[in-house]
Amino acid sequence: MVRFMETSYAPINRSAYRLAAEATDAFEGARSTVQRFINAPKAHEVIFTKNASEALNLVAHSWGRANLAHGDVVVLTHMEHHANIVPWHMLAAELGIELRWVPLTTDGQLDLTDLPALLDGAKAFSFTAMSNVLGTITPVRQLCRAAHDAGAVAIIDACQYVPHNITDVQAWDADFIAFSSHKLCGPSGIGVLWGREALLDAMPPFLGGGNMIADVRLDGFTTAELPAKFEAGTPPIIEAIGMGAAVDFLQCLGMHNVRQHEIDISAYALKSLTERFGDDITIHGPTNVEVRGATFSFAFRGIHPHDLSQVLDQRNVCVRAGHHCAKPLMRILGAPATARASFYLYNDEHEVDVLADALDSATDIFGF
Amino acid sequence: MPGLEDLYREIILDHYRTPRNRGELAPPAAHAVGHNPLCGDEIEVYLDVADGMVNDIKVGGQGCSISQSSASMMTQAVKGKSLEEVRALVHRFRSMMSIEELDESAAEVKLGDLEALQGVVKFPVRIKCAVLAWNTLTEALTQTAP
Ligand SMILES: Cc1ncc(COP(=O)(O)O)c(C=O)c1O
Repeated sequence: MVRFMETSYAPINRSAYRLAAEATDAFEGARSTVQRFINAPKAHEVIFTKNASEALNLVAHSWGRANLAHGDVVVLTHMEHHANIVPWHMLAAELGIELRWVPLTTDGQLDLTDLPALLDGAKAFSFTAMSNVLGTITPVRQLCRAAHDAGAVAIIDACQYVPHNITDVQAWDADFIAFSSHKLCGPSGIGVLWGREALLDAMPPFLGGGNMIADVRLDGFTTAELPAKFEAGTPPIIEAIGMGAAVDFLQCLGMHNVRQHEIDISAYALKSLTERFGDDITIHGPTNVEVRGATFSFAFRGIHPHDLSQVLDQRNVCVRAGHHCAKPLMRILGAPATARASFYLYNDEHEVDVLADALDSATDIFGF
Repeated sequence: MPGLEDLYREIILDHYRTPRNRGELAPPAAHAVGHNPLCGDEIEVYLDVADGMVNDIKVGGQGCSISQSSASMMTQAVKGKSLEEVRALVHRFRSMMSIEELDESAAEVKLGDLEALQGVVKFPVRIKCAVLAWNTLTEALTQTAP
């Protein structure tokens, strides 16, 4: 990013001078990097957005408005991030679509018992590949198949999943996936919507303006080809290049190694925290490390998560306290807030112990 | 980095452990609900006002030690006070939290136990915890006759 800013920073797609061409190459290079990273068939199916939220809004508004009408059904799950709930609520208010919800099992996985009935007659099934609260990894391939069997499109919120696992949109047989750069070691300000070419081609544009048009006349406009059609205005050029670099970094490490590291650290964390604290700690989400990532929402000795995170911060342990943008899920868990420790490729087992020691220190203040 | 002892003073923990004036009041008592959208804390304030005096106040809801103790101390501070005194206290408290410029005329208002929350200012993210109950009280006040 810094090198690009120092040597090649210029507008893309519009100027003949060499610098602008270099910038365009770098920007499109980042698109190809992302395409390979998620095994997308075509680079122009990769749409750069502001973040995962905008990508999901793009699908809801553009695909949704074109394909849904009063009474149509969209199926979501109880563990969605607000980014995959609110756009659908907005559409429900506007069009009168019906939302149905896949419930959870007691260990925080999707309860698929009634899935065929829920999907019956549905036009879309939009679900997370990995919960940002529970760490749960959902059976994406199976869910896509169930959606398609019911004649619904499969929309995947892969924001939490992509940084932690190998992503293969073709193996999933997905229709749309959304994710954000800032979660995968990249800069903020950019995200991705990947969609099947045929679906994207058939959709009306989302935002209008520069870059997304083929022609503009006084009496109307025609849209550009993909991906420009969905990229109105000057895109996040620097951010795209930063995201491309982050993806290169992750691919150098190997996503299977990243995943294995998380399985190992999850197993260690589950074992050491439950052995040390027993019933004093409640870790939400699956205990089977094969179906979870290293994101742990927990309750500890009745200490409010906000107080807990304050005390942990004093020991340089950063945990998020709050509802994690998943209030419906928090209500189901019966906890208005949780503390969440997230381990990633830069954490090791020793840091699980540091967390545990810091938790003990919280008891010194709130031990009552 | 400021120390935790600035934040978690004993009196704060005491109000957190044994909150005062918890409960509900039946209508026609004023009732307001306040949310902290970032952390999910929620406070309910019930206010019984007659002849310009706060006859009774109860709070409900749940949240962290700072929001709960602030609510508990607030109930003690406003009970039996005139609406004018309550408004002055709200202003005094908000200025202690450095979200309002202190008006000279309110400099005299006594905060009592509430002074213990002074340390919160050193932890800016927690200020919103401390003022949640006060904002909710203000909301409830708007429902009472002037
Ligand atoms: C599962 C999930 N979906 C969507 C989002 C939204 O991402 P963004 O805020 O980058 O749009 C997040 C981010 O927290 C997330 O964890």
